[in-house]
Amino acid sequence: MLEIKQMVVAYGRVNAVKGIDFTVEKGQVVSLLGTNGAGKSTTLRAISGLLKLVSGEIWFEGERIDGLPAHKIVERGIAQSPEGRRLFRQMSVEDNLKLGAYSRKDSSGIRSDMDRIYDLFPVLGERRTEAAGLFSGGEQQMLAIGRAMMSQPKLLMLDEPSMGLSPIMTQTIMKTIRDLQSDGVTILLVEQNAQAALSLADRGYVLEVGHIMFSDTGAALLGDDRVKRAYLGAD
Amino acid sequence: MELFFQQLINGLSLGALYALIAVGYTVVYGIVQLINFAHGEIFMIGAFGAFATWTVMGRPADWPATTALLVLLPLMMIGGMVAAIAVAVATERFAYRPLRGAPRLAPLISAIGVSVFLQELIRLFFGTNPFIPSSSWPVRIPGWPDAKSAVPFPSVTGISGEIISIGGVTIQMPAVFTLGALAICTVFLWYFVNRTKTGRAMVATSQDPDTARLMGINVDRVIVSAFAVGAALAAIAGVAHGLRYGNIDFRMGFLAGLKAFTAAVLGGIGNINGAVVGGLVLGVAEAMATTFIPGQFGSSAWKDVWAFVLLIMVLVFRPQGLLGAKVVDRA
Repeated sequence: MLEIKQMVVAYGRVNAVKGIDFTVEKGQVVSLLGTNGAGKSTTLRAISGLLKLVSGEIWFEGERIDGLPAHKIVERGIAQSPEGRRLFRQMSVEDNLKLGAYSRKDSSGIRSDMDRIYDLFPVLGERRTEAAGLFSGGEQQMLAIGRAMMSQPKLLMLDEPSMGLSPIMTQTIMKTIRDLQSDGVTILLVEQNAQAALSLADRGYVLEVGHIMFSDTGAALLGDDRVKRAYLGAD
Repeated sequence: MELFFQQLINGLSLGALYALIAVGYTVVYGIVQLINFAHGEIFMIGAFGAFATWTVMGRPADWPATTALLVLLPLMMIGGMVAAIAVAVATERFAYRPLRGAPRLAPLISAIGVSVFLQELIRLFFGTNPFIPSSSWPVRIPGWPDAKSAVPFPSVTGISGEIISIGGVTIQMPAVFTLGALAICTVFLWYFVNRTKTGRAMVATSQDPDTARLMGINVDRVIVSAFAVGAALAAIAGVAHGLRYGNIDFRMGFLAGLKAFTAAVLGGIGNINGAVVGGLVLGVAEAMATTFIPGQFGSSAWKDVWAFVLLIMVLVFRPQGLLGAKVVDRA
């Protein structure tokens, strides 16, 4: 479904991603792991069209999409919930969700998808007219995911959805990701919480300073000594 | 007391003119963090666009009030808006968009260049027109005036020169027109920003452009619509200015633009309501200063001084402006 070939992305003159290859198959949950500065968020921003590639290619459903403007990439079916949630904090829950559906024109479909998100996250439905900035971190994360879902994406990219959340909230978010997968959404997940990310993942890629060091199935990486030492805090 | 109300009305109508222009500064700043110093010239182009429309219509004069108000005035306003929007959108495309990623100073200098360019363009277009190919030089569009000095603005029956009196307070009809135009535009803007998809996209882009892109918003198009909305309001202000003062000239955008920019900062730049409030406050402050400050400091020659003193005081004591951003936030 998504194929990254020899992708190089730079901030200014510094290459943050130095020629990576990976693929996401339809229906999978794929995790990108790595420490701060490994290039995970840069990778997602490049796929979304917010950053230009220095070289390499991005293919989505058989078509090359690198070089397209960001709004065209959303229209193709790739949504992103960015790092730090980036909600429109002064706008209501409802307005945030409506903006998530900006690329769509079917108002009845938008309405019913919005109701689905309120069913999924009741707290958002109960307080739908309140400003997004007034919600707790976990609730804001739910809204960020809900907002990304409003474009009816084929591929949903989540950047650090567990950041700053309590362990219980993290579990709720991870369960939501699992539910979305069983609804047929393909997910590319960037996480620092390797334990949570890998237990969900069909496939994981480990990034270090702009390179993919190794990859395997989620289960295999959970058992891998190198991953355990570097990311799971085992010795 | 009568004098106070008289000056209040004078100040509000002057302030309404500033407010209509100020919205353009604030909308564009809110989205691209650019102080569009050519916006005063967009206001001037609006006035000349209305004037050109009148000229093309065969310079109708002495129409009865009904046709003047229902046909002539709307056509002049539309002509002014079309001209102003076309020039503003072209300016964005060719002078600002190529500099989008450049340091902040570059588009600012570009804006100053555009400002001078547009002034000269109008001066030459209405004077010796360089766009008409001819062997004899200089060439003049037949029947068009020279814009090197002030051009008399067409009078509209029912507005130009008319006054109404309430108690002892005299209100000129152009002032009523300006205040009415501001009221209608404010309602329109509120609806546009809060109820239309493009308006919501504009607010989202001003809050967080990258995330707006992730929502599927075409940010380039949002920026163009911000310039267009600002230009439309500036054009209405241009017509109001022409009706109020009876003539227009290619330099009129400079001081009016500077005052409107002051109004935008006064209200809190980036905040649309702030631009309206800032404009009205500035207009009233000018009118009051020339009346109630004693001696020569209260003469009308000093009104610009007091306007900019107000600006400096706001920048020092309340830099976010009168209606500075309301922060709804929780970590």
